[in-house]
Amino acid sequence: MSADNLEQKYKPVHTNKTGGSPFTGITGWIDNRLPVIRMFKHEYLDFQVPKSLSYFWSFGGILTICLILLIITGLSLGMHYKPDTKYAFDSVEKIMRDVNFGWLIRYAHVNLTSFFFIAVYLHIFRSLYYGSYKEPRQLMWLIGIVIFFLMMATAFLGYTLPWGQMSFWGATVITNLFSAIPFFGESVVTWLWGDYSVGDAALNRFYVLHWLIAFLIVGVVVFHVIALHIVGSNNPSGIEPKDTRDTVSFSPFTTSKDLVGMLVFLLIFVAVMMYAPNYLGHPDNYIPANPLVTPPHIVPEWYFLPFYAILRVIPDKLMGVIAMVGSIAVLGLLPWLDFSRVRSCVFRPIWKQCVFLFVLNFFVLMYIGAAPADGIYVVIGRIATAFYFAFFFILAPLVAATEKPLPMPESIHEFENWKKQGKIKTINIFSK
Amino acid sequence: MKTFFLKVNFICILLIFAFISNIFYSKEAQAELLKPNWSFEGFFGTFDRASLQRGFQVYKEVCASCHSMSLVSYRNLGEKGGPEFTEEEVKAIASQYEVTDGPNAQGEMFTRPGRPSDKFKSPYPNENASRSANGGAYPPDMSVLAKARPGGADYIYSVLMGYEEKVPENIKLEDGVYYNKYMSGNKIRMSKPLSDGSVEYSDGTKASEQQMAKDVTSFMMWAAEPHLEVRKKLGFKSVLYLLILTILVYLIKKKIWSRIESKV
Repeated sequence: MSADNLEQKYKPVHTNKTGGSPFTGITGWIDNRLPVIRMFKHEYLDFQVPKSLSYFWSFGGILTICLILLIITGLSLGMHYKPDTKYAFDSVEKIMRDVNFGWLIRYAHVNLTSFFFIAVYLHIFRSLYYGSYKEPRQLMWLIGIVIFFLMMATAFLGYTLPWGQMSFWGATVITNLFSAIPFFGESVVTWLWGDYSVGDAALNRFYVLHWLIAFLIVGVVVFHVIALHIVGSNNPSGIEPKDTRDTVSFSPFTTSKDLVGMLVFLLIFVAVMMYAPNYLGHPDNYIPANPLVTPPHIVPEWYFLPFYAILRVIPDKLMGVIAMVGSIAVLGLLPWLDFSRVRSCVFRPIWKQCVFLFVLNFFVLMYIGAAPADGIYVVIGRIATAFYFAFFFILAPLVAATEKPLPMPESIHEFENWKKQGKIKTINIFSK
Repeated sequence: MKTFFLKVNFICILLIFAFISNIFYSKEAQAELLKPNWSFEGFFGTFDRASLQRGFQVYKEVCASCHSMSLVSYRNLGEKGGPEFTEEEVKAIASQYEVTDGPNAQGEMFTRPGRPSDKFKSPYPNENASRSANGGAYPPDMSVLAKARPGGADYIYSVLMGYEEKVPENIKLEDGVYYNKYMSGNKIRMSKPLSDGSVEYSDGTKASEQQMAKDVTSFMMWAAEPHLEVRKKLGFKSVLYLLILTILVYLIKKKIWSRIESKV
């Protein structure tokens, strides 16, 4: 065999990819070996985003800040908290009383959770309204739903930790849902508890899992953001940017706008945390857990109420659990159920009303979730649950098939002109 | 025009919904709680020191015979933002109690006078002892009670003031159960704790039922939220700071965006 043939047979290998940095000096030296600096420049300084983004697009950044603050405050709380049924309640109170600014850290952590959900619900509404889940952003939407599931798990686990009455009974009710699994239900529940009732073993593992899932969220958020930087941001027009007339660079334009959004959000959060820190919580959670006394109404945190309502209004336990999990999972089908090629509700008059009705229905379910489970509430709850699923399985494909979209501009800069001329309406409070 | 009507529809639905929910809630609600003017409410709320000190006296002489307050230490009484007793007063208060300590070098438990670092001494050694002494009912620990009831301080004040001689006909009271206008279910196992002159205030304030209820509720609110004053002060500062910062950043944002918005 000749030498020529050998060279053709084996492909060259480059294990050493050092180099290629646009920077010089120490920055260049680092960037040649670890290209994060050029990645940062490329993805956060020169990155092009649509010009027409409203403040609705700040919630991604807001959520990132919330997550970071939650982890910092959580880490601090973890240094004083004891996951033991005997000491948990008192250790939280010790944080509130004796640890320097412990009250601030705990109230921040508790209220941040609520504000995290407020921001996530607005973030999801933004996606629904402007069709951000559609081609090519389906995978990003799916990753988002995974984050939402993980968030709910973390929030639930975290709520059990202070070991108040609602912690204990909430944990009992939610873990008991697994007993609905056919054949293995009871064994699964015992396995989850690590005992024959919710007790010390359960609290200890809830604490461990609360930490674990919090960091899993960080990991999945990284995927969410990587996907965002591949497909790019959607925008109120739902039209993809074509040339530089349609875009601005991420910095300083988007960063300055996001900063305003973040500060307004932070302002509201701080005001609530400082002046009504327990408003969003339940007073019963200041009563230490007592397995012998059941509270008159077991109510989850406000952000679970709509899903809790769906669970409760369905008479069969297993079906209820399936419906509750399904009510979130069904979001994942939306990109395919709503096959209309027009993204933004600005050009979809009928779908727009459907989305608003969906939001209204969401609040109805939230109300039902907190109301006692009898009489008129169950009837309203069932209608609302039916509408919830009908929105996805009936309205979405039906409207996509029959709706005639309004005339659309060719590009984003034309969209901006139309907006100025008053030809189209967007959600005003978020566009200043 | 069409969208306008749809919007109006939407708002109408919301209003009807709010109205209906209001009716539902009021149907469930009990008698409306009494709302005295609390000094600790509002954006600049602070505790009234004299009231907290009197409240402690009411707690010590009336409530403490059945209710524990196990999360609070005697030293807290002297801390800033609380009743602010002087160091000597705190030491004197603590030393009135016999505290079990130990084991000592011989391995035996012993009693000694309380120190400021001790937690408030509980009237009963455990919950069962407490129940057996109170006819089966457990007087709840008062440390965070003011946060553990819907309505908070208003609720506690109302319950203290809500004992009525005349029991409505539809309510049947068992032995050792009392009628209370504001208690959930209108039944309470605690007999009327306060009546005019139950305690004698050392500062000369007239110990009316209302005055004592207000003082002791303030004291309980402080016990539940000892850092309330710092929180409100810090809250005002941080909100003001954020407000100014937000306005400045908004102006910067406008300036930055003016580079391109004029061209559109």
